[in-house]
Amino acid sequence: MLILTCPYCGVAAEESELTAGGEAHLTRFGPDSTDADFQSYLFTRKNPKGVNFERWRHANGCGKWFHAARCTMTLEVFGTYPAQTTEPPQELLEKIAKKRPGFTAETAP
Amino acid sequence: MSTRLATQGRLVNRDTRMEFTFNGKRLQGYQGDTLASALLANDQMLLGRSFKYHRPRGVVASGAEEPNALVGLGQGKRFEPNQRVTTTELFDGLSASTQNHWPSLEFDVGEINNSMARILPAGFYYKTFMAPRFAWKHVFEPVIRHSAGLGKAPKDKDADRYEHFYAFVDVLIIGGGIAGLQAAKSAGDSGAKVLLMEQTPHWGGRAPVDGAEIDGKSAEIWVGDTLQILDKMDNVTIRTRMMGAGIYDHGYALGYERLGDHQPDAGLPRHRLWRIRAKQIITATGAIERPLSFAGNDVPGVMLASAVRDYMVNYGVSVGDRTVVVTNNDDAYRTAIALKQSGLDVPAIIDARPIVTSPLATKALQMGIRVETGKGIAKVKGHKRVEGVQLCLQAGEGSIIEEIKCDAVAMSGGWSPVVHLWSHCGGKLTWDEDHAFFKPDPTRAPTGDTGAAFVMTAGIASGDMTTGAVLENADAAGKAAAKASGHIPRRFAAPKAAEEPCDPMAPVWMMPQGASYDLRMKMWLDFQNDVKVSDVQLAAREGYESVEHTKRYTTLGMATDQGKLSNINGLAILADSLGADIPQVGTTTFRPPYTPISMGAIAGEARDEIFQPLRQTPMHEWHDTHGAVWEPVGHWRRPYAYQQAGETVEQAVHREVLNTRKRVGLLDASTLGKLVVKGPDAGKFLDMLYTNMMSTLKVGRCRYGLMCNENGFLSDDGVVAHIDEDTWLCHTTSGGADRIHQWMEEWLQTEWWDWKVYVANLTEQYAQIAVVGPDARKVLQAMGGMDVSKEALPFMAWADGKIGGFDTRVYRISFSGELSYEIAVPASQGQAFWDALREVGSAYGMQPYGTEALHIMRAEKGFIMIGDETDGTVIPQDLGLHWALSKKKEDYLGKRAQARSYMDNPDRWQLVGLETVDGSVLPDGCYAIDEGENENSQANMFGRVTSTYYSPTLGKGIAMGLVHNGPDRMGEVIRFGKPDKTFVEARIVDPVFYDKEGEKQNV
Amino acid sequence: MSNAVSALQGVSYSGMAQVVELGLQGMITLRGDFSDADFAAAVHAATGLALPDQRKVMSKDAISLVWMSPDELLIALPHSEADDMVAKLSAALGDLHHMVVNVSDARAVFEISGAGAREALAKLAPVDLSPTAFDQGIVRRTRIAQVPAAFWMTGPDTFHLVAFRSVAQYVFDVLTVSAAEGSEAGFF
Repeated sequence: MLILTCPYCGVAAEESELTAGGEAHLTRFGPDSTDADFQSYLFTRKNPKGVNFERWRHANGCGKWFHAARCTMTLEVFGTYPAQTTEPPQELLEKIAKKRPGFTAETAP
Repeated sequence: MSTRLATQGRLVNRDTRMEFTFNGKRLQGYQGDTLASALLANDQMLLGRSFKYHRPRGVVASGAEEPNALVGLGQGKRFEPNQRVTTTELFDGLSASTQNHWPSLEFDVGEINNSMARILPAGFYYKTFMAPRFAWKHVFEPVIRHSAGLGKAPKDKDADRYEHFYAFVDVLIIGGGIAGLQAAKSAGDSGAKVLLMEQTPHWGGRAPVDGAEIDGKSAEIWVGDTLQILDKMDNVTIRTRMMGAGIYDHGYALGYERLGDHQPDAGLPRHRLWRIRAKQIITATGAIERPLSFAGNDVPGVMLASAVRDYMVNYGVSVGDRTVVVTNNDDAYRTAIALKQSGLDVPAIIDARPIVTSPLATKALQMGIRVETGKGIAKVKGHKRVEGVQLCLQAGEGSIIEEIKCDAVAMSGGWSPVVHLWSHCGGKLTWDEDHAFFKPDPTRAPTGDTGAAFVMTAGIASGDMTTGAVLENADAAGKAAAKASGHIPRRFAAPKAAEEPCDPMAPVWMMPQGASYDLRMKMWLDFQNDVKVSDVQLAAREGYESVEHTKRYTTLGMATDQGKLSNINGLAILADSLGADIPQVGTTTFRPPYTPISMGAIAGEARDEIFQPLRQTPMHEWHDTHGAVWEPVGHWRRPYAYQQAGETVEQAVHREVLNTRKRVGLLDASTLGKLVVKGPDAGKFLDMLYTNMMSTLKVGRCRYGLMCNENGFLSDDGVVAHIDEDTWLCHTTSGGADRIHQWMEEWLQTEWWDWKVYVANLTEQYAQIAVVGPDARKVLQAMGGMDVSKEALPFMAWADGKIGGFDTRVYRISFSGELSYEIAVPASQGQAFWDALREVGSAYGMQPYGTEALHIMRAEKGFIMIGDETDGTVIPQDLGLHWALSKKKEDYLGKRAQARSYMDNPDRWQLVGLETVDGSVLPDGCYAIDEGENENSQANMFGRVTSTYYSPTLGKGIAMGLVHNGPDRMGEVIRFGKPDKTFVEARIVDPVFYDKEGEKQNV
Repeated sequence: MSNAVSALQGVSYSGMAQVVELGLQGMITLRGDFSDADFAAAVHAATGLALPDQRKVMSKDAISLVWMSPDELLIALPHSEADDMVAKLSAALGDLHHMVVNVSDARAVFEISGAGAREALAKLAPVDLSPTAFDQGIVRRTRIAQVPAAFWMTGPDTFHLVAFRSVAQYVFDVLTVSAAEGSEAGFF
């Protein structure tokens, strides 16, 4: 059972306090978008074997949404950060690159 | 025979006798006995029947690994099947019964399977029950079902209680042998918070039995001294009768504490499941001795050599008068020596190794024990009890050299470290050639949230086989774990132990090496599931090369003991059959729990009334005492109807509908979601969430709105009230309040975080009561207070004011089509307001009504219900709700999706009303049947019923449904299939059955 | 109002810990921008208390400010004072973007006290309740068995626990099971 530290309330919360919200940093496509863009927004997910950027909500807690960078293979958590952003913080990307030499900007969102 | 000795028994208290029953027979044991030792003391060696062949089986081990001796324990509300006698502590009044036999343990009809063993090989079921196809359902499955399963499921409700406990520690240590104790001390010395758990009631593990010496003291004394030290450390918690059940991601572990099993009447929780979060975990889980594979190794009386020693030293029980020891390593010599020292006969030590010169062997010889090296057992004589063994050359094919009379066989095939907990969360293993076992590979440990290793092993669990090495390894583990959890270890040296040099063990996977098929089909690998050497060999010949496939094909290791004894022996046979090395073949996956844990412990407090939370409105108790028949709505309980004396539930519902339509009804609508949305951008926000335009709603007015998800599908509906310039109150469905609240927060937090909007869920702040019916206004006017006239409070308006002295907010909204006021008061006054309304309303014939009357009335009006007319694939357009889709708005959630080709399509099933031609009520959920069949030979369908009721107002069945091109087919009669395969005809009509013009609600 | 009642009307239980439903308690949800000095000043003007730090509780007399999230406070006070305080806060906050609502009746409040109080909660909440990790002045929002709850300590062995009113009976029932006589875990 995972532990993720909520960046809002600072609690190292176990999974039973959290709900998962799928891939982070999706771009919303609205009424003027093409079918391809809209379908990609609705259905296409990276689902990587490795570092994944994902959304979590501290549901049984402060109620806030946050993002986590987590390895889907080893479950290592590289960091969590607030949801009010369109991309992961640079320093987190650098930290991941240091730990995972194969990690490149293309695999990041 | 097995019996109690006059001496020994370090764990039993001979001053306190305990009575118990076994298959109804009254027997006695001592305090401190396990059920196994007490039974053996009473010469009860035969303890069960094997699963497939119903062969007689006795105790083989002395601990958690026991595969044979499973019994039904307790009676009635405390009955539990498949309990291992070796881990069951004896208590006064214990009752046990054997299982898997008929009619009796001694005479079992099922044993006929044994004589048919030749035609019941591995995969027998898979091969036999292929054809003919009809026979599976009517013949094979019922027969197999009857004979399947081990033990009987309890029939009565569990009398005990269970609980969880969340514990957070720096270092968790599993296993209370000398390794676990030393690791706890080393870690505890650093100040780290330590939890040490031991599955048995006793500390020290095997060391006191084996007579180890530590720091010049006997192991027994050293254990006692160490416990005293640990006891004084405030940062260390130690627990017996607590098993490390599993290790999971990010340092999570389960501890299974058995508080009440040995004292069922003490009033304690029976089991406590510890949900532990540890920074570091040390598994000091010891090792398990392996059986040897010789013909008849399952005959009662054949036991692990270590178990024979345990029963004698720990419980003062000899398992036989004449015990032959058979081994491939030195450790079993300890058993022989111990037996001999107790005055028991050891006719021979049969050692598969050609030459043995170790001090233990020398000592055995000096004591006059006959040692036969290079030999093996060709076959065990006896059926329900060992009568003798046939000696043969280990290197040969099983020619009998001599028959040795004995009544017990102590076998040792070497030891395997208990690697289960290490492996649960991904720890990898490495093959140790010297000892022929898998041991943890510390370079490939389970890793936690930081990416660092969080599990290490200590003692024999690491593969260290001598006392000195065990202590050194455990000391290092304790210090390393303390350090890894942020503490500074102290520099105390590890204890020293006296060593006895041993000769190397020799792997022996089959005895004798060249055994014939007849012998091999009597060599048991998995005792409980009756898997033999010949079965695994057959599987290999049939192409099962993967150990995971072989396991499932043969059922090797799939019994309740999960292969604790059989695993290594089985895969050695498989490797040999495949001509591969053992490490190449690998192990099957080790999964938690280590041994079965009770369902009660898993559930914890969650049972009976608190199995799950039930949500109650402020008037819950009144409903309960006034005939409410409850309906679950999400976690809420709402009155379905209020049943009066002498009427059926259906009659109650009809009465409630008619009374509301003709006079006035009262509904507890408190469960309706109430979300307050406030801020300068609240209007903009609601315009995005609802398909309708909400920002333009006038203050003081209400509007019905729809919410869709980004897939375009309807998700929720409800009435929105504009409260003041920047505040709206959104009503949601009863089940939807939390979900929609979260939905709003999600968009505000993750997409439009720069919008100035706050949302609060006030659902439970208010009791909301609907006063509904032609006389609703009269009732409120009689209550006294605010003006509720049509002029002051028209349809779809709201107002704050006093009613009957209560502060209220009144909404003129209607879900029934009648004149209707929904009145909110603070929840603390809900019951008082309900009472006041009832008192005044009684003069007008007012009666409460439940959810079914509510549903019928809304269906009569053609109002949709989220969850009935919608199922997550329905868009507003399907339901004819185009009027609620704003065309002025550029965007709203779901708008883009509704423009996708499959959505914007006239071919979709659409909402219509349905009336049966014969006036009957359509079955719920039935389908409109078309001509022909689809490619799966199913009837073609073109519609389905979504809501169906008997309308007491109209005196006939009414329904709504989704039908292909439905609105264009008004008047057409279509066929619906009923569950009994007959059909019922229904006419497509307008879904509004009652008061089409809406005059009644707008008065 | 005299006919107002709390969810369980003061029901109590005594085992290894004492559990009491505290009857009507006042509670206000206040949302706003904590980093805005005007917001903090307005809250102080109305309540006499400074904003609590992350996961902290500020108390004076019968009023407590409880940190709920980076933009949400729970104000605990006597039930009869809640409406007045809402008005006072609204006036003090004026045009600042905020939300203040009386949620007193949407909640049930329990007091868990006695030597077994920590353990009674530790059986139900995935929270480290050892004295070194949890003490007075800290609030924790979490779950109690299967429902959301928040609790903080009001004394050395005393917790106040807030849950939704609709599940008051459930919360009381799970607490009575976890606080049952003879179920001490002996861990703290």
